Amino acid sequence: MENTKPVKRDIDIWINIRRFFGNFYLVIMLIFLYIPIVTMIVLSFNASKSRTRWGGFTLSWYAELFSNPTIMAAFRNTIVIAFLSALIATIMGTAAAIGINSMRKLPRTICMGVTNIPMLNADIVTGISLMLAFIAFKISLGFNTILISHITFNIPYVILSVMPKLKQTSKSTYEAAQDLGATPRQAFFKIVFPDIMPGVVSGFLLAFTMSLDDFIITHFTKGAGIDTLSTLIYSQVRRGIVPSMYALSAIIFIVVLLLLMVTNFLPRKHNAKIAASKTVS
Amino acid sequence: MSDRKLLSFPYIIWMIGFTIIPLALIFVFGLTDRSGAFTFENVAAIARADHAKALGLSLALSSISTLICLLLAFPLSMILRGKKLGSASFVVFIFILPMWMNFLLRTLAWQTLLEKNGVINGFLTALHLKNIAIINTPGAIVLGMVYNFLPFMILPIYNTMSKIDDSIIEAARDLGANFGQTLLRIWLPLSVPGIVSGITMVFVPALTTFVISNILGGSKILLIGNVIEEEFTKASNWNLGSGLSIVMMIFILISMSVIAKYDKNGEGAAF
Amino acid sequence: MSTPLIDLQHIFKSFDGEMVLDDLNLTVPENSFVTLLGPSGCGKTTTLRIIGGFEKPDKGSVIFDGNDITLLPPNKRQLNTVFQKYALFPHMSISENIAFGLTIRGKSRDYIDDKIKYALKLVNLQGFENRDVNSLSGGQQQRIAIARAIVNEPRLLLLDEPLGALDLKLRQDMQYELIRLKNQLGITFIYVTHDQEEALTMSDTIVVMNQGYIQQMGTPEQIYNEPANAFVADFIGDSNIIGATMLHDELVEIFGAQFPCVDKGFGTNKPVDVVIRPEDVELVKPEDGTLKGHVTHIIFKGVHYEMEVTTENGYEWLVHSTKCFDMGQEVGIHVDPYNIQIMNKPASEDEEAIVNV
Repeated sequence: MENTKPVKRDIDIWINIRRFFGNFYLVIMLIFLYIPIVTMIVLSFNASKSRTRWGGFTLSWYAELFSNPTIMAAFRNTIVIAFLSALIATIMGTAAAIGINSMRKLPRTICMGVTNIPMLNADIVTGISLMLAFIAFKISLGFNTILISHITFNIPYVILSVMPKLKQTSKSTYEAAQDLGATPRQAFFKIVFPDIMPGVVSGFLLAFTMSLDDFIITHFTKGAGIDTLSTLIYSQVRRGIVPSMYALSAIIFIVVLLLLMVTNFLPRKHNAKIAASKTVS
Repeated sequence: MSDRKLLSFPYIIWMIGFTIIPLALIFVFGLTDRSGAFTFENVAAIARADHAKALGLSLALSSISTLICLLLAFPLSMILRGKKLGSASFVVFIFILPMWMNFLLRTLAWQTLLEKNGVINGFLTALHLKNIAIINTPGAIVLGMVYNFLPFMILPIYNTMSKIDDSIIEAARDLGANFGQTLLRIWLPLSVPGIVSGITMVFVPALTTFVISNILGGSKILLIGNVIEEEFTKASNWNLGSGLSIVMMIFILISMSVIAKYDKNGEGAAF
Repeated sequence: MSTPLIDLQHIFKSFDGEMVLDDLNLTVPENSFVTLLGPSGCGKTTTLRIIGGFEKPDKGSVIFDGNDITLLPPNKRQLNTVFQKYALFPHMSISENIAFGLTIRGKSRDYIDDKIKYALKLVNLQGFENRDVNSLSGGQQQRIAIARAIVNEPRLLLLDEPLGALDLKLRQDMQYELIRLKNQLGITFIYVTHDQEEALTMSDTIVVMNQGYIQQMGTPEQIYNEPANAFVADFIGDSNIIGATMLHDELVEIFGAQFPCVDKGFGTNKPVDVVIRPEDVELVKPEDGTLKGHVTHIIFKGVHYEMEVTTENGYEWLVHSTKCFDMGQEVGIHVDPYNIQIMNKPASEDEEAIVNV
C-alpha cells in the first residue's frame, strides 16, 4: 500500500509563510488603528494627570465628567440635536425618496444629483455656505442653525438608505395586495412601507451617527455661546487636554461601538434564529 | 400615484434653501468685495505667496496621504478577502469601526501619543532611547491624515474585491499566471472601482482639512483649509474666504474628473 | 499497456471533518473522454479540482504522464480547465481572454493573433475578437471559455459541468461540439456532470461516483446494461429494481415466478437485487406472461408510452412501450433472459438507490 502517507508539503511551507506574513500585517494594522483609542481609554483611568506615568486606577475623571456643567450641557446638546435632526431628516428623507422614485427619469436624475452635493462637497464648504446663508437670511447662529445644518446633511444619507430598499420592493407584491382588494393607499401602507422599514431604520441610525460625529459643519454654524461635544473638545485643544476628556472619549467610543454592533449584528442574529428554527421543523 | 411626487416637495424646497442657495452665496461673496461690487481679487488672491504655499502644501500632503492609504489598504483588503469572511464578518467590522469614531478625538489621541512629553516619548525615555519630534511637522499631519482616512480606503476596496469571484482567480492560475501576474493583470484592474471610490473619500477631506493641521501641526503649518477657516472665524473677511473656497472647489473638481477618467479606462483596458 | 495520462492513487480528502474522497483510485488513458458522473456531493468536482491543482489531497498522489504533480501549483500544470461559471475575465475583451495563457507564456504577437483566429474558428465564433464579455449569451461565453483553454494546446482538458446553465437544445448542440473538438484536437477530456444523459452521449468511459469513491467504471453500454449495484442502476436511466431470490445459476425467482436469465456465480437460493429496464419489459397477452398484472397508469411521452403495470403482489412495474394499452387492461409481463441484470444486495448505504422525496 504505497503512497498512503500524507503528501510531503514543500509547497505548503510557502503557503504557510505567506499566511503568517498576511496575519502579521493584519495585526500590525490593527495595532496602528487602535493604539490611540486604547491609549485614551487607559489614560481615562489614570489617577495621575501625566501622560507617561501611571498613578493608579481611578474613576474620578468619569465622576468629574458628569459633574461638569459645561460638558453636560454640550453632551445634552449633542444628543438632542442628533436625535431631532435624525428624526426630521428621516421623515423628510423617506417622503422624498418615495416621491423621487415616482418621478420620471429626468427630474429624478436632477434630484438625485442635488442629493449627492452635500456628500461630495467638502465639509468645510458646506459649513461655510450654511454660515453665509444664515447670516444672509438674518437667522442668528445658535441651536436652531446647528439643527438646520444637521438636518441638511442628514437627509441625503436617509435617502440613500431608503432608495435601494424602495427599488427592491417588488412591484408584484404591491399589485398582489390590490388584487386582493386593497386600495392603493392601503397597499402602500400595509405592504410597501413595512418592506422599506429596514432602510428607514438604518437611515435614521446613520443620520444619528453622522450628527453625533460632526465637527466642521457645527463649528461654522453654531455661533458663540453654545457647544456640542465636538466643538467643546476642539476649544479645549489649545488649553491642553483635561483628563476628563479621555473619560469622555472612552464613553463615546463604547456607545458608538454598541450602537454599531446592534445595527450590524442583531438583525442578522435575529434572522439566523428564524432560519434555524425553520430547519428544525 | 401622481400625488406621490408631492411627498418630495418639502425636501426639494429645503434643498434649494439650504444647499443650493448657500452654495450660490459662496460664489456671490467670492466674486464681490465688501461693498458688493464685482471683482476677481478674492479668487486671484490664491496667487499670493502665503495662500499659494498653503494650497501647494495641502495638495502635496493630501496626495502623499492618499497614496500611503492606498498602499496600506490594498494588501490589507486582499488579505481580508482571502480569509473569505464576507462583509458581515466581525473581523472586517473591526477594521472599519474606527471610521465611526469621532475624528476629532482620534486626531487628539495622536497628539497625546506624539507630543514632546507624550506617551510614545514616555516609553522611549524609559528605554533610554532618543525621543521623537514628529509633532508639529508636516509628517505628523500626514500621519494624522492616514490614520483618520485609512478605513475609508479599506472599505470600498475590500467590497470591490469581495465581488471578484474565486473562479476568475483560479482561471488565471489555470492558464499559467503566477502570483505576481495574477496580481497585476487580474486583481488590480478589477479593483479599480474600489480604488477610485477610496481615493475620492480620502483625497477630498484630506485636502480641505484644518482640524488635523491645527492639532498635529501647531499653529505654524497652514493648509488651505486653515487659511479659509481663519478668514471666516478670525479675520471675518468672508469675501476673501469665499474666493479662496471657489479656488479650492475648482481644484477638487479637477482632481475628481481626472480620477473619474481613470475609472472609465480601467473598466475596459487590459494590461 | 501505455502509461495512462492521469493516474490518481489512493486519494483521500476531507473538508471540515467530513470525508469527501475515500481512497479514490482512477486511471485515465490518453485521448479518451472520461466522465465523472454522480449526484451532488459525491466528490466528482473535488476530484477534478485535485487534478487541476486547486485542492490538495490529504493523502495520495496525482501522476500526470508518469510525473508526480501532486505538489505542483495550478499554473505549472500542463492541463487546462473549463469552469462551470465560465470565469471569463470581465475587464478584458474576448481576444485578450483567449490570449491570456499565451501572453503569460510570452508568445509572440503574431503567434497569438494566429491562435486567436484559429480558436474562434474552432468554436464557430469568428469575428468576436473585440466583443465585450458581457455582450455574449451563455452559450457563446461557454464556447469562449473552451477556446481560451484549448488555445494553450493542453494534453488534458478538465470540464466542470460546463453545460449546466444552457437550455436543452443548446446543450445538445454543445455536446456534439465537444466530441468533435476532442476528435479534431486529440485532447484527453475529463468531464464532470450529474446529468446521466450527457454522460451516456459523450463518454468513452463513465466513472459513476457516490460518497467519495467509485461505484462503477465502464463504457456507457456497460454502465447502462450491467449496473454493478442498485445505486448505479437507479442513477442511470429509469429502472425497475426488485428484490428477488437467485435459485441457482441462470434462474431467478421474482415475486414467486421463475425467470431464466444469463448471470452465473450468485450462489444458490441467495437474496439478490434484479434490475430490469422499462423498455425491456414486454407486455403480452395475460396467458403468455410470466407474471400477470393490469395497467394502472399511462403517460404519452412522445418517444414512447410510459406506463405502470401493477402485478398481483402490488409492485408497480415501470414500462416503456411504443404500443398503446388501455387503463385497467389485463396484461402479461415477459422479459428476455438477456435483459435481466442480477446484482448483489447493497453492501453499504452508499450502494443503495437514492430515494427521491
